Amino acid sequence: MNLYAKIEARPAQPVIRIAGEDVLCDSSGALFLAEESILIVSDLHLEKGSSYARRGSFIPPYETGVTLTRLEAVIARYRPSAVISLGDSFHDDGGAGRMPDIYRERLLGLMSGRDWFWVTGNHDPSPPEGLPGQSVEELALGNLIFRHMPEGEEGEIAGHLHPGARIVQRGRSVRRACFATDGLRMVMPAFGSLTGTLNVLDRAFAGLFHRERLVAYMLGKAQVYPIAGSLLRS
Amino acid sequence: MSTTLPITGDEADALLPERFREWFAARGWTPRYHQLELLKRTGEGRSVLLIAPTGAGKTLAGFLPSLVDLATRERRRPGEPMRGIHTLYISPLKALAVDIQRNLNTPIEEMRLDIRVETRTGDTPSHKRQRQKQVPPDILLTTPEQLALLIASGDAERFFEDLRYVVLDELHSLVTSKRGQLLSLGLARLRRLAKEPISIGLSATVAEPDELRRWLVDQSAESALADLVTVPGGAKPNISILETEDRVPWAGHSSHYAIPAIYEEIKKHKTTIIFVNTRSQAEAIFRELWHVNEDVLPIALHHGSLDVGQRRRVEKAMESNSLRAIVATSTLDLGIDWGDVDLVIHVGAPKGASRLAQRIGRSNHRMDEPSEAILVPANRFEILECRAALEANYVGAQDTPPMGEGGLDVLAQHVLGRACASPFDEDEFYAEVRSAAPYSNLDRHTFSRVVDFVATGGYALRTYERYARIRRMKDGRWRISHPSVAQQYRLNLGTIVEEAMLNVRLIRDRRSSSFARGGVSLGKVEEYFLEQLAPGDTFFFSGRTLRFEGIRESEAYVTNAPGDAMVPSYMGGKFPLSTFLASEVRAMLANPDRWDALPDQVADWLRLQKDKSVLPHREDLLIETFPRGDHYYLVAYPFEGRLAHQTLGMLLTRRLERMGAKPLGFVATDYTLAVWTVRDVGQMIRRGKLSLNELFDEDMLGDDLESWLAESWLMKRTFRTCAIISGLVERRHPAKEKTGRQVTVSADLIYDVLRTHEPDHILLQATWKDAATGLLDIGRLSEMLSRIKGRIRHKDLEHISPLAVPIMLEIGREHVPGATEDYLLSEAATDLIHEALGE
Repeated sequence: MNLYAKIEARPAQPVIRIAGEDVLCDSSGALFLAEESILIVSDLHLEKGSSYARRGSFIPPYETGVTLTRLEAVIARYRPSAVISLGDSFHDDGGAGRMPDIYRERLLGLMSGRDWFWVTGNHDPSPPEGLPGQSVEELALGNLIFRHMPEGEEGEIAGHLHPGARIVQRGRSVRRACFATDGLRMVMPAFGSLTGTLNVLDRAFAGLFHRERLVAYMLGKAQVYPIAGSLLRS
Repeated sequence: MSTTLPITGDEADALLPERFREWFAARGWTPRYHQLELLKRTGEGRSVLLIAPTGAGKTLAGFLPSLVDLATRERRRPGEPMRGIHTLYISPLKALAVDIQRNLNTPIEEMRLDIRVETRTGDTPSHKRQRQKQVPPDILLTTPEQLALLIASGDAERFFEDLRYVVLDELHSLVTSKRGQLLSLGLARLRRLAKEPISIGLSATVAEPDELRRWLVDQSAESALADLVTVPGGAKPNISILETEDRVPWAGHSSHYAIPAIYEEIKKHKTTIIFVNTRSQAEAIFRELWHVNEDVLPIALHHGSLDVGQRRRVEKAMESNSLRAIVATSTLDLGIDWGDVDLVIHVGAPKGASRLAQRIGRSNHRMDEPSEAILVPANRFEILECRAALEANYVGAQDTPPMGEGGLDVLAQHVLGRACASPFDEDEFYAEVRSAAPYSNLDRHTFSRVVDFVATGGYALRTYERYARIRRMKDGRWRISHPSVAQQYRLNLGTIVEEAMLNVRLIRDRRSSSFARGGVSLGKVEEYFLEQLAPGDTFFFSGRTLRFEGIRESEAYVTNAPGDAMVPSYMGGKFPLSTFLASEVRAMLANPDRWDALPDQVADWLRLQKDKSVLPHREDLLIETFPRGDHYYLVAYPFEGRLAHQTLGMLLTRRLERMGAKPLGFVATDYTLAVWTVRDVGQMIRRGKLSLNELFDEDMLGDDLESWLAESWLMKRTFRTCAIISGLVERRHPAKEKTGRQVTVSADLIYDVLRTHEPDHILLQATWKDAATGLLDIGRLSEMLSRIKGRIRHKDLEHISPLAVPIMLEIGREHVPGATEDYLLSEAATDLIHEALGE
């Protein structure tokens, strides 16, 4: 199989318009701005395992590795010149400091040769300890503004809420993480491997979107499925 | 054995102190043989298993040794230290402990014995628990969970050092569960804390008494058994099947048709207990009884999801004989001796003999009078099942499940509890654990892995060493690393893991913009059920019709609704059909001569089936295919019980997907399995594109099972249970209670991560073992697949067959794993485009 066929084998990922800017929704849960070559990922929650372990709950210590593997794949796919990590990059402020060396090195490998922005989140309000990249509270780019906590502003790309959506089709329920948008703003899915979802119809999302224009871009195996707000179930 | 020479009068005198003899005499009783026998054996220091039918005075017999011992022991002298508890009574049900206290108080008061009896359950207020620790009662009545808490506390040694007797009630029902496994470990601990305590197990008739005899005593010694005392069965119960002119429904479990007849029976009797298999069934029947309750008879409802206060009120009313009928689930199953119950109505098919016998034992709690019971089949297949049960003289048979090996998740919990009490030596503790029957085969390596799991999670990637919950001290013993670990243990203790449940709150006005905080809490409902509801749907709960308004955080808001409920909440009986009964039902189906015994409508139904399709032979598997609506159906009739069918359904949909039939879902009952597909399976078979022999080949239990388990929600549910019991996932955290919903999410994610990264992890092993014997019933499926080899009869039909009607009405919502989910998403996505185009 040649390289061309390989690329073709992956179904087209939808490009949608948010506040007049084209953004591509990747089925991994990352967002790509092709023109600027910027990749955005949100809510990585790295070192969540060790954060729990500190409190005596030993969830598997593999989530950091898995998240990095996913990140490596999507970065290899788009080769962005800049990456924005949209907050809650680490599960807590001490996360970067606790990160085992094997993972730190892989992360540094990903960061090298490109700009890297750590948007601060509620889990990680301080810049990650001992890692390069620029720590910012928010970032503006054209009509878009990137911040962790959604405020509902037009052009806003946010994370924090881990949106998920549920449909019932042919009597069966399907639940997936999703990009939630009404065309003017977007809440991104959590990219981290050990993160749950919160239904977009939950009241935490109340007032963020024009309800009648809400579309959930639900993440399939290799494809993103746009689902009309009217079909969503709580 | 119990069949020794009768105990002579002199011997009885020697065994029973005068005060006791006088008391028996005053009541006009003579001590029963088994009561004296128990006294004698325990007097010789032997542990004993007492097997007796309900009504045989089992409880009094069980306590007689301790009452005698306590009555004759020396009084505590002033200045002597407080004594620890003398007798520990453990029952699976809180209500049972309360009930026993009442029964014990009578002889104690009447004989003026200086014996203090107290209960300790989850409902006991903390100041009382505190006091019990300082001033232990002579007899403590409690539950397995409370015992686990007691032995995990720092003062366990002092509390139990004087313990003489452990009375274990309803042992047959305890031992087959994880609760029983935890209890067996607790008992092993008690044997170390006290000086040779005597165990007395009280049990209904079981198939393998030796299993229970082993369970009661230290297994360090080869083939150690407790003594056995058996009380022969009492009068045979009178059991009949409800006869009715009304139409018996095809499917479902509502028994709506039988309500008038049930009501007539209630009127004819003093007190009736109506047993059902599920909570929602109880709800429905209760409600319908009230519909027809023209005489306004006091009829009550009792099930585990109801609010505690509500349950207590019903129990009180029951005690005082002020109820005419009570509709109940298994919360009332066990030996509670309440009031003058003279009729038991069992709604739904019996499913298993032991349960039925136990429930029937509720009526006329005196051995020498026959119990009266009526079986009410809820649908046509259940009529067959009830009939088969009676014809096979089934109620005398026994089909308790085998005990099985102890779960590693339970062991993990116990290890942490052990460390919370005091530091332990791994070798000594290993020997102690092996002395418990369910763990007598546990190998040392596995034990160490469990200890390692408790310490740091037991992962190959050892990054959690510095966060260890238990650590080795310099002398090699293990201890907890921080007092907060003990606190965490206490909050997570227990082996009962509820389905994710949401509290149901009744509010007045649905139009008020914010749901008012007030409103009455009605109890809890499974989240998966509520998730299927849309606002406006109505359902039964807590004895009324409710309108679902929405879910806010961990509460479901409802309003009162008039009329009948739209959505039946039945999700299938909890107990699968036993193998024995299944085979009897198949035999009855295959033999038209036996149909005469059936009600006409059922016999007609079977004749119609014979006409339109075929009837399966006893050892055959009938498969029907037909189109209906926009789907195609494949219906199989294995009669192997719901669990095995569910597993079969999972595996079949996998294979059908691979064969290109595009399965969309399946539904399984105790009798039947139906799969529906996008493509015409019947046609695929006709054209040779799909072979049924291949589809049902035994090899599905190999790779298919393995790869299905990777994504199975059943496996995830089993894993969630193991994760919670073992303490990997917290049940609750101080100051922050997790809702079931949150736990589900994270347990599922953890399962996926573990499978990918550490498939040999000890918790996955525990999960697999549980699933194979529990929810998956693989053993039974495997037997069936080999039985039907070359015996599949396929009938390709143009319409649904009569026999398929019941299952078609049950069509539910099972998940089909794999790509089909994405298919559904793409379908919904297309809808969006139609919508966008204004179609």
